Amino acid sequence: MLHSPMRAKRLIIKLLSSLVMIFAVFASANAASAATPEPVDPSKIFTISGTMSDCGKGIAGVNFHIVGPGLDVISTTDKTGRWEATAPQTTKYDTDRFTVEIDVNTLPKGRKLFIDNTKRTIVFNHVNSASATFKLAEIKCAGTTGGNGTTAENPGLNALFNGINLGLMLAMAAIGLSLIYGTTGLSNFAHGEMVTVGALTLWTFNKVLLWDLIPSALLAIAIVTLFGWAQDAFIWKPLRKRKIGLTQMMIVSIGLSMVVRYFLQMIYGGNTKVLTQGSTWQVLGVRIPAVNIICSGISILVLIAFTLFLTRTRIGKATRAVSDNPALAASTGIDVEKIIRVVWVVSAMLTGISGVFIGLYMQAAWDTGFSIILLVFAAVTLGGLGTSSGAAIGAMIIGLIVELSTLIIPSDLKFAAALAVLIIILLVRPQGVMGRRQRIG
Amino acid sequence: MDLIFSNAVNALFDPMTAAYAIAAIGIALHFGFTGLLNFGQASFMAVGAYGFAIATISFHLPFWGAVAVSVGLSVLLAFLLGIPTLRLRSDYLAIVTIAASEMLRYAVSTTSAQPLTGGPQGLNNYSTEFYGLNPIPVGTYGFWNFTYSEREVFIRIVSWSLVIVFAIVLAILVRSPWGRVIKGIREDEDAVRSLGKNVYAYKMQSLVVGGLLGTIAGILFVIPRSVQPGNYGTQLTFFLWTMLLLGGASTVIGSVVGAMIFWGLLSLSDDLLRAGVDNGVITFLTNDQVGTIRFIIVGLGLMLLVIFRPQGIFGNKKELQFNG
Repeated sequence: MLHSPMRAKRLIIKLLSSLVMIFAVFASANAASAATPEPVDPSKIFTISGTMSDCGKGIAGVNFHIVGPGLDVISTTDKTGRWEATAPQTTKYDTDRFTVEIDVNTLPKGRKLFIDNTKRTIVFNHVNSASATFKLAEIKCAGTTGGNGTTAENPGLNALFNGINLGLMLAMAAIGLSLIYGTTGLSNFAHGEMVTVGALTLWTFNKVLLWDLIPSALLAIAIVTLFGWAQDAFIWKPLRKRKIGLTQMMIVSIGLSMVVRYFLQMIYGGNTKVLTQGSTWQVLGVRIPAVNIICSGISILVLIAFTLFLTRTRIGKATRAVSDNPALAASTGIDVEKIIRVVWVVSAMLTGISGVFIGLYMQAAWDTGFSIILLVFAAVTLGGLGTSSGAAIGAMIIGLIVELSTLIIPSDLKFAAALAVLIIILLVRPQGVMGRRQRIG
Repeated sequence: MDLIFSNAVNALFDPMTAAYAIAAIGIALHFGFTGLLNFGQASFMAVGAYGFAIATISFHLPFWGAVAVSVGLSVLLAFLLGIPTLRLRSDYLAIVTIAASEMLRYAVSTTSAQPLTGGPQGLNNYSTEFYGLNPIPVGTYGFWNFTYSEREVFIRIVSWSLVIVFAIVLAILVRSPWGRVIKGIREDEDAVRSLGKNVYAYKMQSLVVGGLLGTIAGILFVIPRSVQPGNYGTQLTFFLWTMLLLGGASTVIGSVVGAMIFWGLLSLSDDLLRAGVDNGVITFLTNDQVGTIRFIIVGLGLMLLVIFRPQGIFGNKKELQFNG
């Protein structure tokens, strides 16, 4: 790892310029978010907020009493069930406590809280927004749509559809991660941010610039593809040239993930961007948003096309060769660096599609990708590190576990269920479902 | 300006900084000396915090009893994490530890566990007995911008004494025969195995000891504040890694100095940016956005450190092999 200070300096410049370049991609998004109807109020620093919902539908008119240093207000939920309060500028990050009390008398008639505790204590932990969650005791939902847009008429079938849907979307992101891992050995923790970029750019085009869904989605996917290309060109290729170790690269990707994620939070803010689209279809007695069914269909087509690319085209075959043994592939005349660049672009494209679909499925926020990146890692590990078919199968398993687990355990634990299964499978079959023994070393 | 400066100096010696330093010493043992990629130090801290708080609040255990519960749970967690992964390649440990720590965070923040863990709102009121041990008479101590109540003085003394104790313990450990074996494992696992050492057992011991430090850090961290599930996300682990790599992963003093520099710089940059925004010098940012800049700085710092100075400030390049 010998190098002259000159080269190091050049690399720093390259790295910084690449980050600037990546950020430039978001310039349009920045301009767009500035055009949102709500102007940013500079005095609004700390916000406490929450949502009251019932079967996915917001409840209006519930009162919350928020008390803390320099604050004593009552906030009422709007039509979407959202309430919000702003804490004063002087609020201290770590020490100032706020209490939020729900006025149970303003709840809809006959409804009670899930847990009979009307107060929440809130501290801002290094962030500017905090939320207080109150859940209603569950009653049977009557055919209303909202949230994921599905009904509870047949919870089993409903969860199954959701699971297949989620699995297909995770599959595309997982194949992207797995391809990059297979060809370069990089466990890319910044992969989730590509998903986020896809979802948030879609929101920008579709909900801010009010373009149609399809051109918005295509452009969002193109931007993610460009982002992937730029990442490889300006960050990962120079690092490979420097022969930086794989563990170091993994930690670099963690740093990159933080930089991109919080940059996105800076631009888009901390709240969730709603991407819900129109109508629902009735399938086997379960109502599902049409867009989810179409997304699943497209995902299947994309996966088939990708398989054909890997098995039938010259570049696809070369990709598999590089992923199997880079040195041997190079000796047969394959330009390994070129293949890696192709892999980055293809992976980014697949991940971009996944990001757009995930945005449509579970809405977009600055940390959407980060919240699912562990599921993607779980899928890749489950399937056996570095194999594409394995990643796809792993993703389907993870998607199904996540959604089907909600039938048994509380739904805020569904991601935990998938991670638990990951750990159990590693105990029993460390090479994963499709993996080969030698990969686990 | 004075206030900004003294805030930064305060951050250097804050009990929170001490807690982070102790947890970072734990990962120094894991990663710097044994070569284990523990990305789940947050889970050990969470075990400390929740174990201590729940034992005190729900089971009314005395202070030392609650500490013992946390320590026991921490050893259990280390075994749970280690048994499936320590025989596998190093990145499996990374994925499993990070997955386990997120799982734990989901488990403590679910509303269905609210009676025990407080769910999303967390827990408070468990430190009375700790402060009951305080021999310092009631009053305010210090000068200028550095005045503390007797409680604040006490927690500072306790936590920084523990930092010194653990740093010395680690220094002795890594110079012992045991320490030479774990450094050998870091350099070449197969060579150590061929000398007849049980590599798996040594790795497990390292995982348990480093995890214990994380747990004790977790207890110290929550004594002056409340337990908030949001604190135990992956960003906690990555902050610790940044501190560790800043000081030097395979040094003892590195984690401590790394933690101090980290919090000092963050406090300084945060305050300067906020002051800039308030005085209208910085117009392209709102105060809202300043809060996220610290994370961008940490991320960028982590990237540049790992690329250009992987051995950290105090490290020796030969000593630190990023392998795997």
